[in-house]
Amino acid sequence: MSEPMPLFEVFVRSKRGLEHRHVGSLRAQDAEMAMQYAREIYTRRQEGVSLWVVRSGDIVASQEEDAAAFFDPADDKPYRQATYYDLPEGVKNL
Amino acid sequence: MAEIQVDVQARRFQERIDAEVRIEPKDWMPDAYRKTLIRQISQHAHSEIIGMQPEGGWITRAPSLRRKLILLSKVQDEGGHGLYLYSAAETLGASRASMIDALHSGRAKYSSIFNYPALTWADIGAIGWLVDSAAIVNQVPLQRCSFGPYARAMVRICKEESFHQRQGYEIMYTLATGSADQKAMAQDALNRWWWPSLMMFGPSDADSAHSSQSMAWKIKRFSNDELRQKFIDQAVPQADILGLEVPDTELAWDEQTQHYRYGAIDWDEFNRVVRGDGPCNRQRLAEHKRVHEAGAWVREAVVAYDRKHQDQSDV
Repeated sequence: MSEPMPLFEVFVRSKRGLEHRHVGSLRAQDAEMAMQYAREIYTRRQEGVSLWVVRSGDIVASQEEDAAAFFDPADDKPYRQATYYDLPEGVKNL
Repeated sequence: MAEIQVDVQARRFQERIDAEVRIEPKDWMPDAYRKTLIRQISQHAHSEIIGMQPEGGWITRAPSLRRKLILLSKVQDEGGHGLYLYSAAETLGASRASMIDALHSGRAKYSSIFNYPALTWADIGAIGWLVDSAAIVNQVPLQRCSFGPYARAMVRICKEESFHQRQGYEIMYTLATGSADQKAMAQDALNRWWWPSLMMFGPSDADSAHSSQSMAWKIKRFSNDELRQKFIDQAVPQADILGLEVPDTELAWDEQTQHYRYGAIDWDEFNRVVRGDGPCNRQRLAEHKRVHEAGAWVREAVVAYDRKHQDQSDV
């Protein structure tokens, strides 16, 4: 059996001014082909104005088992939210 | 032929802007638009980073552990905001090193407000309340700036900034409703930070060097004076609730315009501080250079570590 083609992640900018968002993935032999496929697969209905394709292997991702070490420290810092602060009655625009 | 092409591109560019379509880094744009944005975004970034200094000095002297944690978080946010902004400027082709160099050589400025010292704990309250409020008034319209990466950075920053303003106001309220000495301390901080906060919006419209072109490019959406008025209209009632007095004898509500009238701003002071002769200009820049140079070994070590691992994987 032959090697599967490399996996690419596809990002679409739906409108100018918005960020590119991840929409899915596809397999292609190279970047150029990935771009063509992405256009056919993910933007058949005017979904976007710009496409990014990135080899999945080039994405560095955090691991599920590291989630606690990465994200839990934010749990005990409610003072980073504006709603944490008591405001005197009647004060506006804060 | 090439000239005609540029004309067509320039027209298309302006049409996009007029139609509220965002410009993205890879789009064609006039050189002056690129330069204006690099100047503005990098100076905005420098302001966030230099702004860490007056508040950072109070982290070890905060009056309680709660206040210390809050201030630490806020100063950390300012550092983060500087990094979002440097990254946005880099999408225009500016290198980080060139931006830092422009700051160090004095070619690039930062907000003149950070050249004033934070003398007492109440200053931390006044900075959060007034300086961050003024920054928010400036930044909210920038969320709709014509350049996509800058606008998107502003969305993140405004969202994170809301607690900065509130923690400052809470400090002011605690002091203003405390002992007579504490209230006097809050009043003193308001007295010293009020006018420099008004100057944060820049020269009055008649004297503003960069405004009209930036308006046409939709980098700026409101004039300096309009933004300043908005800030004053918001801050004065907030000072009233604190029971503190805004240090402006000419301040009065105008029924007709539905805005506060205010006294003359000392533009000589503003120009002096911008030119480099504020109370802390030399100290702020010297500290930035010192830390940048003291951190050089870290940047070198990161490169060396990466090189070592590349060499090993080559074997």
